[in-house]
Amino acid sequence: TLKDGANWEKSEEIPRLPGETRVTDKDVIYMCPFNGPVKGRVYITNYRLYLRSVENDPVVVLDVPLGVISRIEKMGGASSRGENSYGLDITCKDMRNLRFALKQEGHSRRDIFEVLTKHAFPQSHNLLFFAFANEEKFSENGWMVYSPMSEYRRQGLPNERWRVTFINEHYGLCDTYPSLLVVPYNATDDDLKKVAAFRSRNRIPVLSWIHPENQAVIMRCSQPLVGMSGKRNKDDERYLDIIREANGQISKLTIYDARPSVNAVANKATGGGYESEDAYPNAELFFLDIHNIHVMRESLKKLKDIVYPNVEESHWLSSLESTHWLEHIKLVLTGAIQVADKVSSGRSSVLVHCSDGWDRTAQLTSLAMLMLDSYYRTIEGFEVLVQKEWISFGHKFASRIGHGDKNHADADRSPIFLQFIDCVWQMSKQFPTAFEFNEQLLITILDHLYSCRFGTFLYNSESVREKEKVTEKTLSLWSLINSEKSKYTNPFYSKELNRALYPVASMRHLELWVNYYIRWNPRIRQQPNPVEQRYMELLALRDDYMRRLEELQITNNSKISNSSASSTSPSQMMSQVQTHF
Amino acid sequence: MLGSGAKAAKPSFVSYISPEEIHIKEPIEKEVNLRLLPGEQLLCEASTVYKYIQEDGSNRGTYGKLVCTNFKIAFLDEDSTSDDNEPQFKNKIIGENDITLQCVDQIYGVYDEKKKLLTGQLRKYPEKLIIYCKDLRVFNFCLRYTKEEEVKRIVSGIIHHSQTPKLLKRLFLFSYASAAPDNTDGRNQTVMFDTLEDWRDELERTKGDVQYKAVSTNEGYKVSEKIYRTIRKPPYELLKTDDLSSSLPSLQEIQTAYTRFKQLFLIDNSTDFWATDVKWFSLLESTNWLEIIRRVLKKAIEVVECLERQHTNVLLIEESATDLCCVISSLVQVMMDSYSRTKSGFQSLIQKEWVIGGHGFLDRCNHLHKSDKEEAPVFLLLLNCVWQLVQQYPPAFEFTETYLTVLSDSLYVPIFSTFFFNSQHQKDTAMTGESLKTQSSPFRFLTVWDWSVQFDPKAQAFLNNPLYAEKPKPDKSQRKTARFKHQRQLSLPLTQTKSSPKRGFFREETDHLIKNILGKRIGKFINSSDEPPNSFREFYDSWHSKPVDYHGLLLPCVDGPEIKVWAQRYLRWIPEAQLHGGGTIATAAKILDLMEEVQNLQVKMDEEHSQAISGDLHAVPMLRNSARLSSLFPFALLQRQSVKPALPTSTWKDLEDEDDLVRRDDEFVDLSSDML
Repeated sequence: TLKDGANWEKSEEIPRLPGETRVTDKDVIYMCPFNGPVKGRVYITNYRLYLRSVENDPVVVLDVPLGVISRIEKMGGASSRGENSYGLDITCKDMRNLRFALKQEGHSRRDIFEVLTKHAFPQSHNLLFFAFANEEKFSENGWMVYSPMSEYRRQGLPNERWRVTFINEHYGLCDTYPSLLVVPYNATDDDLKKVAAFRSRNRIPVLSWIHPENQAVIMRCSQPLVGMSGKRNKDDERYLDIIREANGQISKLTIYDARPSVNAVANKATGGGYESEDAYPNAELFFLDIHNIHVMRESLKKLKDIVYPNVEESHWLSSLESTHWLEHIKLVLTGAIQVADKVSSGRSSVLVHCSDGWDRTAQLTSLAMLMLDSYYRTIEGFEVLVQKEWISFGHKFASRIGHGDKNHADADRSPIFLQFIDCVWQMSKQFPTAFEFNEQLLITILDHLYSCRFGTFLYNSESVREKEKVTEKTLSLWSLINSEKSKYTNPFYSKELNRALYPVASMRHLELWVNYYIRWNPRIRQQPNPVEQRYMELLALRDDYMRRLEELQITNNSKISNSSASSTSPSQMMSQVQTHF
Repeated sequence: MLGSGAKAAKPSFVSYISPEEIHIKEPIEKEVNLRLLPGEQLLCEASTVYKYIQEDGSNRGTYGKLVCTNFKIAFLDEDSTSDDNEPQFKNKIIGENDITLQCVDQIYGVYDEKKKLLTGQLRKYPEKLIIYCKDLRVFNFCLRYTKEEEVKRIVSGIIHHSQTPKLLKRLFLFSYASAAPDNTDGRNQTVMFDTLEDWRDELERTKGDVQYKAVSTNEGYKVSEKIYRTIRKPPYELLKTDDLSSSLPSLQEIQTAYTRFKQLFLIDNSTDFWATDVKWFSLLESTNWLEIIRRVLKKAIEVVECLERQHTNVLLIEESATDLCCVISSLVQVMMDSYSRTKSGFQSLIQKEWVIGGHGFLDRCNHLHKSDKEEAPVFLLLLNCVWQLVQQYPPAFEFTETYLTVLSDSLYVPIFSTFFFNSQHQKDTAMTGESLKTQSSPFRFLTVWDWSVQFDPKAQAFLNNPLYAEKPKPDKSQRKTARFKHQRQLSLPLTQTKSSPKRGFFREETDHLIKNILGKRIGKFINSSDEPPNSFREFYDSWHSKPVDYHGLLLPCVDGPEIKVWAQRYLRWIPEAQLHGGGTIATAAKILDLMEEVQNLQVKMDEEHSQAISGDLHAVPMLRNSARLSSLFPFALLQRQSVKPALPTSTWKDLEDEDDLVRRDDEFVDLSSDML
């Protein structure tokens, strides 16, 4: 095996991360949906599946982190006839399928199937994620990016109306919330406990963001436990009133229930529900009609059908419409615009919830914050936003993505976070100078949402992450990004403070994110953005001119001042001048 | 919000204004001057007309005077005199509230909240007038406060002068040409192709002079009235014919598609906008317009493939050979010849293939309202196709999409002769006829290519693409011969052999040609219909797998998501579609700012070198506060200034097919159980 490994090492640069170890390799035929069968050798490590073609020119390469794999199936049997009918069919979470044909003799696929299954689904085999074996070194430590306390301080909190509470320090109040919460000053920890009893999974209303000028706030929570009998809870009612009063406005508190009203009503049957007018006379409730995780999953499935492997051609537009994907994007954006506008121009505090407050709620609060606070449009600010509204507030990444889990048909899986990133992309597309980061950052985030190379998106909640010692034992995705920021920087970014950014949630402007969803198709051109290239050229030209101009000015000035003492050589002059700086 | 699914009965016209509101704002009827062009005459006018500002469904608007001249319909209000807020991009001929008579598309009257199309004689006069323009503007005028006599005069005047058949000689073009001082700066860089020399130069440029020659057999239009004096003969060798009338949509289909398509952008109000938004993609698809663009682009790629790879000349055939032939041959040249992607090159191309090539602009645009049957947006189809290329390959074109947009608008400005004749012959005849009658020297018509007529230098700068990567100095040794060999112009459109005797031109020539081919080269004759489609795909894929050479061959991407709506042209007047501080203009503005900075540095450096200030600087448009520009810039400048977001008013349609999924909850957990 040593000889084997050495061979492997040598055999054309197979990329390997520190901590990545080889498992096996094999000759296969990659059934490329675009170029037909490709003869190659596949290398499997504890992190990735790597294929290199042996005959093609240019060389065909596949580099797939195992975490991306959603399902591995055997195709054909030992007795299957027909060329290339025996092998493996791999479904990926990132909008592609891979198909490998193997030799039928000697059950050649058995070991590769087993190895792949084991390492692609470590959770199902009592193995650790690759993130725990990763020994990469980065110049930046991404775990330092988000500190709840400094983020709240940045927002001007705590203040005389809002306080920081440590009631959830050991996740005793709510095991899916972060340990540090911001709540109204006038609500005691005891009040919070009583409110928790009336909110689904104890996810009480807590502060996400405060408007720096009008002090209106965005609060997030889960649905109230109203049930069929229409239960009421005095503590919850009073708590919402305290929130309403906290920004000194006399207007009503606005509650956005992200669900369609029928679903909110139906939830009563299982003990949930929504805030009724009778119980909450000082609140106004609006339903935002955003559908549940199952609808979103089906929608993405339909989208994949029309873009992979082939892009539906003759009826592209109506096919795209029938997936409803952009319609869902439109609704999420519309909801977020309403939240942001209510806080900003309506000067009213808002409370956002859905059923549990970890899917649609996270989408709405984070997008509204992105619209209102330009800090979140910087690279670091965006990392903080994801870390805060998604990771710390218990968006169930493990369940929604199914990290390392072989159960591909799990009903808990849903592309909610992808949908959020798509919304961000739509905004950056509409406002190309408003974001410090570029499309590449968004794509990188999505790639590592699945890859399991970093600990960032692992597990469902902060409490589990703490138990698993994620920050000690794994690396943060933000380490990778912050170590090579220039790669993710949008050159057109112009910093603008305190400017609300409202996208237009119209189908006229919403576009399918081709560079993400159709990126595997070689027919869809992935060209470097020529506008960006030109701008970079101009920037370089400007810097060059500025440098030369400075030199000229220095030379000319010295010429004037040194006109009598003329014997200084230019290089001497330069070194003289440089000492001034 | 609970009942968002319920549909309220929708009136066909939504009133913006309540009578009470009218009284809030007293009509201020200042005397405003109507600016007339040479040869322009005031025909009728009406006072106290209220023009709605088409903005977020509010009732806001201004009082003013509505006038109709032999050139335009114009609305004059107090704002139009104040020039403090001079927009950066302004048309010198057509103001913000001017509509040339040829630009009027349809006129509707509103009677008791009901919209009715106005065409001929009216018995009853409407309270409101809605004018839909060919450049996609929509004007709403309220006539309720205007004297009845004036309403009658203005409404019938507008309808008569803009909607009823006209004689060619009644076009404003002629009054303008005879009254305007001859102050044109003569020819610009555009080659007009109206002399033998122009054709010879072009043949030399394209290295076609080895086998082609410029001839003047059509002197005095003996061979064909449609074709100019000078024609070129193609060499009869390897040849493929392509009958466009069988392989592309008919003019009728194109017209129908465009009529449906443009309707999607002629929006009355906000409610309309959001109501159509829900089904936007299927509405777009049902117009078929984008599909036609795709088919035309694909056809052009096919032709390019023949020329480039199979080294076969292509003979385009069409009944009149002056419609789709012009589109395809122009597109092929834009794709193959980087000179056609410069401003002067593109203009010369239009001049050669369309104006001299005999495209019937007068009939196709229906400028004279003679017959709707002849109307078809063939030239617009070309511009739409070229736009796809421009937005896919921004550095490859010397001009911007704004250039294409104002060019499309110029189709309706009857002071330029360019788009107002069916052929050069018709133009010549009209000119000599008129000058004989008036015993004066021949008319000097303006050409649209003299952009200084419409735009001052500052505005013209918006037509130049700051991203254009100028062609590097030619490296003489390189593969030149190989490239130019098949770049020979395939332009000369030929008639189908069986074409109607009336309209055909060049018939003998073609007959001869076809016989020639059939007789001698039948083995090499390739018919387009039985050609394997694979070669197209292969050619297309292999080109796309290589990096783009912006000065070489350029093939458009034609896959589903790549064919887009020309947002600037079609959405530019719709306030709901406006992105405040966004859109492509945001990055363009950054580039322009930086270019200005670089140029200033250049000047400073030259000064330091104590040389003369370098004179070879292109004008860079100045954009103030560029971060807050509207995405509709440079059009519709003074739209919505508020920061209120546009919110959809109708958002959801049912997911009928997924009822079971829709009704489920995210995760089924009975929350009530642990409460009991």
